[in-house]
Formats: sequence, C-alpha cells, structure tokens
Amino acid sequence: MAILADENTRIIVQGITGREAASFTRDMIEYGSHVVAGVTPGKGGWNIHGVPVYDSVKQAISKTQANTSIISVPPAGVKGAAFEALDGGMKLIVIVTERVPRKDVIEIIEYATEVDAHIIGPNSLGLICPHIVKVGMAGGPASDVKKAYSPGPVGIISRSGGMTTEIANLLTTHSIGQSTCVSIGGDPVVGSNFLDLLPLFERDEQTRAVVIFCEPGGTGEERLAEYVFEHRPSLTVIAFVAGQFADAMPGVRFGHAGAIVEGDKGSTRSKIEKFRWAGIHVAEKFSDIVSLLNETV
Amino acid sequence: MRLLEHEAKTLLKAQGISIPSGKLFTASSDVTYDKPGVLKAQIPAGGRGKAGGVIFVNTPQDVKRESARILGTNLRGHTVETILIEDQLEIQKEYFLAVTYDTTAKSPILIFSSEGGIEIEELARSNPEKIVRERFSVRKGFHEFQARNVGIAGGLKGKELVDVSSIIERMVRLFLSCDATIVEINPLGVTSKGECIACDAHIDIEDEALFRQRILFEKYGIGKRQSGARHQSEFEKKAQAIDDLDHRGVAGRVIEFDGDLGLVIGGGGASLTTFDAVGKNGGRPANYCEIGGNPSVLKVKELTKHLLFKTRGEEDCGHYECRFQYSGGPGGPRCDQRDSGIRKRPFRNDRRVQNPWCMGRGRMEDPSPLRSPIL
Repeated sequence: MAILADENTRIIVQGITGREAASFTRDMIEYGSHVVAGVTPGKGGWNIHGVPVYDSVKQAISKTQANTSIISVPPAGVKGAAFEALDGGMKLIVIVTERVPRKDVIEIIEYATEVDAHIIGPNSLGLICPHIVKVGMAGGPASDVKKAYSPGPVGIISRSGGMTTEIANLLTTHSIGQSTCVSIGGDPVVGSNFLDLLPLFERDEQTRAVVIFCEPGGTGEERLAEYVFEHRPSLTVIAFVAGQFADAMPGVRFGHAGAIVEGDKGSTRSKIEKFRWAGIHVAEKFSDIVSLLNETV
Repeated sequence: MRLLEHEAKTLLKAQGISIPSGKLFTASSDVTYDKPGVLKAQIPAGGRGKAGGVIFVNTPQDVKRESARILGTNLRGHTVETILIEDQLEIQKEYFLAVTYDTTAKSPILIFSSEGGIEIEELARSNPEKIVRERFSVRKGFHEFQARNVGIAGGLKGKELVDVSSIIERMVRLFLSCDATIVEINPLGVTSKGECIACDAHIDIEDEALFRQRILFEKYGIGKRQSGARHQSEFEKKAQAIDDLDHRGVAGRVIEFDGDLGLVIGGGGASLTTFDAVGKNGGRPANYCEIGGNPSVLKVKELTKHLLFKTRGEEDCGHYECRFQYSGGPGGPRCDQRDSGIRKRPFRNDRRVQNPWCMGRGRMEDPSPLRSPIL
C-alpha cells in the first residue's frame, strides 16, 4: 500500500509546456507514473514527451479520467490553476511552485478542505511511492530515483525537497525501504503538514515507522508532538531537526520562507524538547536515523 | 516587507480609520511643530520606545533639539531618515487589535484585547483570558457581525462596540487587500470624546506578494525595501548583487558569519543540516549560503570567488576553504554546472576549494560515493 498515490494515480501536469515541467514530466514517465495529460491554456494540441496538451483541466479530464494534478506555473497563476483542478474534481494536487502568496495558499486549502482533496506544497518536490509512482520532481531522473528509493515500511515526511531523497537514500543503502515519501514544502503555510499526513501513515498497513525532517520556524512540529502524545500511534516516529544554529538568530530567514524563528516561536530547541516529551525519537546526527530505526522497529 | 509607521497609518487612513494629526520630516533644519507633540523615529523595526525613538516634545526647543539628535543616527540597526511628529492626545483607554496568519492552523486570525498598549506576548502569559481570538475564512470573507462578536467577547458595549467593530472590519479588509502578513494597531486609543484613534500601527506586507501590490508604490509612495530584521553587511550585499546578475536560479543569498570555512550548499534543507554538522564537529563557517534552482555558471563562479576572498574592510580574512555539497535531485542544482563554475574561477595558492563532495545523487556522470563522516 501507499498513501495518497498508487498505481491508479493518473496525473495531469498544469504548466506542462514550461521548461521545468517538461523535464519532470519526462522523469515521471520514465519512472512509470501515468502522466495522462498536460494543461497549458493556448497550447492545446501540443505534445510533450508523448503527453497530449489541452487548453483546460476540464478538457483533459474528460479525455483521460485524470485524478491527480501537479502544478508548475508562476506564483501569480497558482491559485487559479489549483481552483481549476479542484473544480474539476482532482483529489490530490501537488504544487511545485515556490513563493506563492500565503493568502492564495490558504484559499486553496480552504477550497480543498471543502471538497476533501489533498494539497501537497507549495514549494514541494512532490511525493514518491517507490517502484509504484512518482508525482513531482523528487529524486530527479528515473534512474536516480531507482537508486535512492526502494519499497519498504518507512514513510518520510520532509520540509526539504532534497533531503527527502537524502533520507530515502540513507535508508536504501541500509536496506530499509520506504512506503511513501512526501516533500511537504518549505513555505510557512503548506497544504499538508506533519499532522495532516501522520494519520494517513497510521492507517497504511505497509508503514511501520515515519521519519520526519524538520526545520526552524512555525509550530508544525510542536502540533505533531501534541498529537503523538495524546494518541500514542503504533508507528514509530523519528525526527531529524536541522538548522539548530538558527535559534540564535531570530528574525532571519534561512533558505525556505518558513525557516525563520520569530520571537520565541519556532526554535529548534523547543521542537526537540517537545518531541522528547511526546516520545518522538530525535536523531542527533543524520546517520543516527538508521540506528534509531533499527532499535525501535 | 515591514512598512514604516507613517506608511501603515496612511493605509489605515485610506480605509477610514482615524490616525493622529502629524507631520513628516527628513532634515533637521526644517523641523518645527507648533503644539506639544510626540516625536517618533520612522524605522522598519519595533521596540522604538525602549530604544529612545519615541520622545515627547513640548516646546519648539525640544523639537529642534530632539530632531537634530535623532535624525541621521542609528536606531536598532537602522538609520533614522524620517521622523514623524504627531499631536499629543488625551487617551482614556487603550485597546489592542491585530490581524495576522496562524500558519499552523492555516487560517487568518483576529486578535483583540481591551488591554492595549503593552506587549501582547506578556499579556498572553499573564492574563490570557483578556485576549479574544477569532479565526476567519479568506474565501468566505469577513463581515462586520464577526467583528462585533469579537468586540462583545472582549467586553465592549454601546457606541464603542459599534465604532471598534467597524475599525476591525476595515483592518481585515486592508489585511486581505494588501497581502499583509500582519496589521496591528497597538494601541487603539479612545479619547475622552469617545473617538477611536490608531496611535501606533504596524503592517508587514508579504514579500512574495509585492509583485501584485504595485499600488502601494504608485498610490501611496511606499517603496520596496530590504526585508528582514537585520541590516545586510557589505559582504552580504555584494553576494546579493551576484544573485541579481541573472534570474537563473539562486546563488548569492549569503549570511555572514565569522569563521573560516566557506560553504556553498545546494538546497535549503541540506544547508541547514550541513551548517549544524560543521559546527558540531568544531568547524567554523564563514557564511551561510544556499543555492538552488539551477543557477547559472556565472553566478556560481562569482559567488565562489566572493566567498573565497572574503575580507573585512581592508583586511584579508585569511585562509579559506570552500566546501561544496550537492544534495540529491533536480530542484537541487546541477553538480556539473557548479563544477564548471568552480574550475573557471581563479584562485591563489592560499585558497583551497575542497574537492566538491557529493552527498547524494545530483546530476553528475559519476555520482561520487563520498558520504561525509560528519553527517
């Protein structure tokens, strides 16, 4: 099993004719994902790596029974693209675009909640269910993805796109496979944060542990800790918290828009304390993730 | 981007919210005010009062002396280029009002307290029951009855309830229309005549939304400025200029530290991870820097040069190594482009670039099996 996506996922790529989108479309196809259509208004009739392009999501769905969308359009167009996808009935939308105004993101999330759809991102590299489907850019070319990702019992939820692959690779080299790996995005507001995804992993029979990659900023980690403390899920949660040096520099943004300590909120120290309180294992060094998994699972 | 107080007040006024009468001055020679006033330094930072940036000026001599003293000086890391002098007001009550985003709950939130004028975080610790919080929906919009519900919960009655509710509704309207991340009025002062006046205002506009807020500049003359709580150093500004060379990817967002190990790292998460790891193992980074989005060879080359030859003023900062690290995946920058950037740059004998080590896939012909022992 997997969460969110599987062999029945049929993907449309909104913004497919862009350079980046065309490139990851090819990577997805080579990995075996079913990319059934692309949408770029005005370029209906084009063909990108064998994928037919339509002018609208509505047209694309009527021809292809797509159920998932990946959006790679400039920031100003993301809300419109997401609304179009939700209006068309998409239940999973991955937003790759970075720097989308947070008011727009919140509006998209509100709409998605109304129709029970999942939003991953923005500023996300997408998700991968190893050997089944890749939705987005994570891992890059198919040959690289196959080296880094392997199927198995560990889920990954990461605020960093690149580190999703690094963690998967670390696990794979130690013969620990992954169920579903999600890059949730580095922005302060994201469609699905740790708390949104953990229950899905809990319900997944394949997943026995989840590794989370955390950064300074926000209170997503703290909220997850509270959930774990109260609900005592049967799966193990292991956290790696990056950017501990940022605690000494509140107000400074490090890389991701969401990675900023504000006042006394969002420090890595408070996240780590909260994790320990909740029974979430914290890896001191990156490589400790493996030893913790071996000890606890 | 944080607005100056007077800019925030201009926006509030445009929404029909009363602000104190006042005047702006930029040069101490012109400063005169013909009644008792409050002189306020206009800088994009809070905590001005404690830093001596808010002063009562009761006589023309006060005005001349204080304006000359403050203009052009450094306050909380910013040069005071503008001051605002406002009428002193007889305020009987002070309220706290703010609209901002609860990013974890993923909704905007309205905060009201009948105890205005003090730090809201302090109040949250000492008397949390005095703070009213109300979430609302961006899609559904915000209506005056919701504002009244907040006022009622906050203990307001009579004409004040009606007036403050109206102000709340206008604040929310402003918050949404100008893509603010916070609109705060603290305090909202109520005069003896019952008039509600925004005595101090704080507005941050989301950087990511500035592209669609040109009206701020065109109509209100609010210019785009450096964001962030700290001033950029010269070293950082030059790095920023490198990033601005072209729009291919990002290579030049640098934060200066005072160690001797230069770092150029692909990806936000990897940079945070590596920076920590270096520190934990006794290394001293000279800078934080993250690159991504397939930056051009030119930018990477210039950035490497800039980091390798870091100086402080005239003084050469000594020997530097520059350690590169590539994180997996595209969206992560291309290793081969970075390589050619490195090879192109000139370097003296005393500077070394550590053989670029690959922490993962990257896009290289031969993904180096180097796995750093420090991670």
